[in-house]
Amino acid sequence: MADIKLPAAKVEELKEVCKKFNNEPGELINVLHAAQELFGYLPAEVQEVVANEMNVSVAHVYGVVTFYSFFSMIPKGEHPISICMGTACYVRGAEKVLDEFKRHLDVKVGETTEDGKFSISCLRCVGACGLAPVVTVGEKVYGRIAPEDVKGILAEYM
Amino acid sequence: MAKFKNHVLVCGGTGCRASQGEEIVQNLNQVIEENGIEQDVQVVRTGCFGFCEKGPVVKMVPDNTFYVQVTPDDATEIVKEHLVKGRKVERLLYTDPETKERVSESKDMGFYKKQIRIALRNCGFINPENIDEYIARDGYAALGKALTEMKPEEVIKEILDSGLRGRGGGGFPTGLKWELTRKVDADQKYVVCNADEGDPGAFMDRSILEGDPHAVLEAMAINGFCTGASIGLIYIRAEYPLAISRLKIAIEQAREYGLLGKDILGTGFDFDVEMRYGAGAFVCGEETSLIHSMEGLRGEPTVKPPFPSESGYKGKPTNVNNVETYANIPVILLEGAKWFSSIGTDKSKGTKVFALAGKVNNVGLIEVPMGTTLREVIFDIGGGIKDGKGFKAVQTGGPSGGCLTEKHLDIPIDYDNLLACGSMMGSGGMIVMDEDDCMVSMAKFYLDFTVEESCGKCAPCRIGNKRLYEMLDKITEGKGTDEDLGHLRNLSNVIKDTSLCGLGQTSPNPVLSTMENFWDEYVAHVKDDKCPAGQCKSLMQYVIVEDKCVGCTLCSRVCPVDCIVGDKKAPHVITQDICIKCGACYDKCKFGAISIQ
Amino acid sequence: MEIVQLTIDNKKVVVEKGTTILEAAKSIGVDIPTLCYMKLHDTNFENKPGGCRVCVVEVEGRRNLAPSCKSTCEEGMKINTHSVRVVNARRTVMELILSDHPFECLVCAKSGDCELQSLAQNLGIREVKYQGEKNKYKSDESPAIIREMEKCIMCRRCETACNDVQTVGVLSAINRGFESVVAPAFEMDLDHSTCTFCGQCVAVCPTGALTERDSSSKVMDAIVDPNKTVIVNTAPAVRAALGEEFGMDAGTLVTGKMVSALRKLGFDHVFDTDFAADLTIMEEGTELLGRLGKHLAGDKDVKLPILTSCCPGWVNFFEHQFPDMLDIPSTAKSPQQMFGAIAKTYFADQLEKKREDVVVVSVMPCLAKKYECSRDEFKVDGDPDVNLSISTRELAQMIRNANLNFEALEDDDFDQPMGESTGAAVIFGTTGGVIEAAVRTAYEVHTKKTLERLDFEELRGMEGIRSATIDFDGLPINIGIAHGLGNARKLLEDIKAGKSEFHAIEIMACPGGCIGGGGQPYHHGDVEILKKRQRAIYEEDKGKILRKSHENPFIQKLYKEFLGEPCGEKSHELLHTHYYDKKKKIEI
Repeated sequence: MADIKLPAAKVEELKEVCKKFNNEPGELINVLHAAQELFGYLPAEVQEVVANEMNVSVAHVYGVVTFYSFFSMIPKGEHPISICMGTACYVRGAEKVLDEFKRHLDVKVGETTEDGKFSISCLRCVGACGLAPVVTVGEKVYGRIAPEDVKGILAEYM
Repeated sequence: MAKFKNHVLVCGGTGCRASQGEEIVQNLNQVIEENGIEQDVQVVRTGCFGFCEKGPVVKMVPDNTFYVQVTPDDATEIVKEHLVKGRKVERLLYTDPETKERVSESKDMGFYKKQIRIALRNCGFINPENIDEYIARDGYAALGKALTEMKPEEVIKEILDSGLRGRGGGGFPTGLKWELTRKVDADQKYVVCNADEGDPGAFMDRSILEGDPHAVLEAMAINGFCTGASIGLIYIRAEYPLAISRLKIAIEQAREYGLLGKDILGTGFDFDVEMRYGAGAFVCGEETSLIHSMEGLRGEPTVKPPFPSESGYKGKPTNVNNVETYANIPVILLEGAKWFSSIGTDKSKGTKVFALAGKVNNVGLIEVPMGTTLREVIFDIGGGIKDGKGFKAVQTGGPSGGCLTEKHLDIPIDYDNLLACGSMMGSGGMIVMDEDDCMVSMAKFYLDFTVEESCGKCAPCRIGNKRLYEMLDKITEGKGTDEDLGHLRNLSNVIKDTSLCGLGQTSPNPVLSTMENFWDEYVAHVKDDKCPAGQCKSLMQYVIVEDKCVGCTLCSRVCPVDCIVGDKKAPHVITQDICIKCGACYDKCKFGAISIQ
Repeated sequence: MEIVQLTIDNKKVVVEKGTTILEAAKSIGVDIPTLCYMKLHDTNFENKPGGCRVCVVEVEGRRNLAPSCKSTCEEGMKINTHSVRVVNARRTVMELILSDHPFECLVCAKSGDCELQSLAQNLGIREVKYQGEKNKYKSDESPAIIREMEKCIMCRRCETACNDVQTVGVLSAINRGFESVVAPAFEMDLDHSTCTFCGQCVAVCPTGALTERDSSSKVMDAIVDPNKTVIVNTAPAVRAALGEEFGMDAGTLVTGKMVSALRKLGFDHVFDTDFAADLTIMEEGTELLGRLGKHLAGDKDVKLPILTSCCPGWVNFFEHQFPDMLDIPSTAKSPQQMFGAIAKTYFADQLEKKREDVVVVSVMPCLAKKYECSRDEFKVDGDPDVNLSISTRELAQMIRNANLNFEALEDDDFDQPMGESTGAAVIFGTTGGVIEAAVRTAYEVHTKKTLERLDFEELRGMEGIRSATIDFDGLPINIGIAHGLGNARKLLEDIKAGKSEFHAIEIMACPGGCIGGGGQPYHHGDVEILKKRQRAIYEEDKGKILRKSHENPFIQKLYKEFLGEPCGEKSHELLHTHYYDKKKKIEI
């Protein structure tokens, strides 16, 4: 069985997080949120530590991680791109915008470019329907995006 | 708010913040300081004003001037002209699309005229991060009244009499739900606020939480008092960082003021609120799934009964209500059941908040009395269809709802009417579609969502929706058969009939309602290999109309795959093999020279 | 008792409040088809996620169809179990399930024994109208269990068995929606997980998604190899269940026919694992008395209770989950491994064969035994003491392949010397049996008196955790029994907390003990089958002339000629083992 290698300091921090939630299995989702914040994603090793601390099976933790789309086992790109696929954005052409991003970056939704710079994800309604279609890159929100704007947006981060 | 002579209210909802709302606040403050009027003027970040289409919105109090589409650069002019010289900045006023006249106050705008704001009463009026402003508008008075003047049974009776029904979609009478939990004997009970608004294109709950978090906290405490629960849990989407942070601030403030915690208002009533976060699963809007998620499990639903009112969170009686439902509670207690039930229709009382979006001129958050017609919402409030196109359909109820059409426009909106037309109230998403929207594709869009969001526990939803999606995909690809149409209908009905939870029980609605209302469109895809709306890529192609093309080369420049060729000032041609049908050329052509065939 | 009255298919039914519609219908002879539902009375196993939706019925006044396994009867309900609406829904749902299932029935290991297949047959499905994408998962082949999850229908029974009953926690539903499936963490192979290979997931799987690793062809290869001497031994629980594979009633003892069949299959020596069970009692019993004696003498270093160690699923369990308690279980090997150790030394010597030329095959009710015989510590220079372990089901398949008419076979006897056994060894096959066998011997050894009463009813039964105090001529010995690993966990937690007052505890991983093992003929949810097997085992014990392990003449001879004394030097070398800490370490 493979042993786990993680930076010691971060593991301690993770254990502190679990402790903050009293190692209570009911708090698993809150713990995983905090863990993802800490590591940027939830690699297998992190899930092992969480399972161990909270006295639940790793299979259970993995079952939960794979259920919720917010949790990811793949590190996100340096500039995570999210395309809103809420209905309002959809009817105002979000799909075309998404296709354009996929074409330019040559990755699928949920993937990260080879150089680790960009990742694409879809989300359901950021609530800025007045600006539809909406794209976010990191914290920055771009509204009323047309497919031809995509090149320019990417160029900002190249 | 009395201390200052003037207030500048800047919309701090997610939409307006995304359009540099924060910079507007910063610039305003800076210019105000430069002009030395900071003693007289206060800039307030409020919750959502609702008129997202024209955001960012800035409102001047006391004269109620309503500035739209404000940019950070406008700050100087607003301060120097409006605040210093007392002159309105005309160019920032809303222009009535009909009369082309400038409108200064929101009450005179078509968008606001037919609205009654109960659940949204404080959104856009107060600083949601300041409990004093909430209290100044009768905040926590309802809780005080309940705790000091009423018995739990009396409060519940008031709510029952008001006719309030669950705003999360199902429309179950709220008072009855509370009574069911109250009746159960248990050492611990919980009340829950369902803020897992997952319906794509809906943002009512988020706006309330961002704009008026205390209203929800107050109502939860009232619920706790009625049902005998000492702990309230807010289950909120992790995708709503602003709402989360405002709620956290509100909880802290309420604790400081003794409005949450032990011995509230010296009445011996203990009640506190904790936060639980969702992690991106639409099914968690279903109450049993939500409870499992709060317990650290996969958000899979369980068969009801037992209902959460008997056995919910940690096996204890649990009362789950939606955000908007809560937002109505304090007002009902203060104004009375009689007042509330005077608004609305026979069986649906009060108002309903809708997130109006899609191909409509005025996208935004609206609140209308039950019984308002779809026509009033789309044309009077929504300002009609964008770009002068024809109205085709309106989708209510999100992935659980259906597409309504021209013939439904004059039906008064309420729970029962929408259900009778094959749609549902849902949480309040309302998406308007125009003649360019293909209804088969629309059904496919929702099924794609359902397939992605199905939890996988029960077979009909897990596999059935996938098969529905595949059949719809086949049809939009022009490969559908007559048999598929029959199968779509039978399968839809069986999925509805056999699925475990509300998700699967409603997921075929977009298919059934579009089949019902747009049957011809299905037939056109299957029999004539045509997509009447020209949206299905496999069934259409872009063609340049020779005699209209002036050879401006714009289309060829915008084409992402360089499939448009032609000399300058000569008609261009689209190479069909290479064309990816992105439509960029179609959108760009100024001469209407590109047609869809 | 509160009563409710309702009608099902126009028949009046009166049932106790809380009864499900499914149970109520059954009580009037209406068998509503089910798929994911499974309830094993007397064990902790209850699986009714209400997920397959095959058991739906129409309840008058309700908008949707109701799953009868999950819906309780209410006063005045009117239920229709076979309206057009219900039948259409049931068939459509079934078609959906089949649309995401490989059409490999003809070559599937579960064919003929598959609940999905027989349900499709019952519902008369002749075509699958709804076709589309099917799920693809990599298959996982551990030494004991094969997972072909493309055949998974998400009934979740395996998850319930692994988590709720066994508390092993290897399996969980993962992913969401169409992609969801049951798997270990990170979809790792079982071999890399903390799986105990108890096989209870296999025992309850309705389809061919979970099956055992089939070694029967390797057995046949050995038999036809002229250079190999092939020895077979059969565990006690096999004889009480094998007949079921040939249509015989559950609980029919087929010892003689089984021996006859094995001989016809071409095994050179047909022995009985029971012989090794007697040997186990000699070793484990002596160890118990030794520890007990020291304990009574006040030796603080001696750990009590002593736990039995015959069950390899259980050994895997405590190695993974209780690595700090490795010194508590007896060090005695399981009967399978004792058999192998003696067969490849003492008996190989008698045959004047090199151990590599002797192939030991064991027929077991168990899948963990497949893993056990592959463990390194049970090999000498790479040659395993037991070469191949096959399940009861695999033996049945071999018998069918050989065109033997099992029912018509004459009874035959085991070969000697390792075919001789006592009644004490037979009862190893059921929960409570090992400790009862140990008591019979330990009592006489300790008290030097003859035991008058051989049937210890107080140790028998099906309850998950049982306890009894046996009077060893003035010395009260507290005995605990647990079957099912979830129950075992409870006793272990007590020991850990210093709350246990037992001197000896018997643990078997599978509910019911070996009779309910993961390698036995499928019970398909009928727990009565386990009880019938149990009765058969006690019957065989009763019929034996010798019923105490130490009276087995060949065991006596073995000690005299070869081993010396129980727990002696030679015994330690051949018959005892040690345990490993297998808990995953987190390295920083």
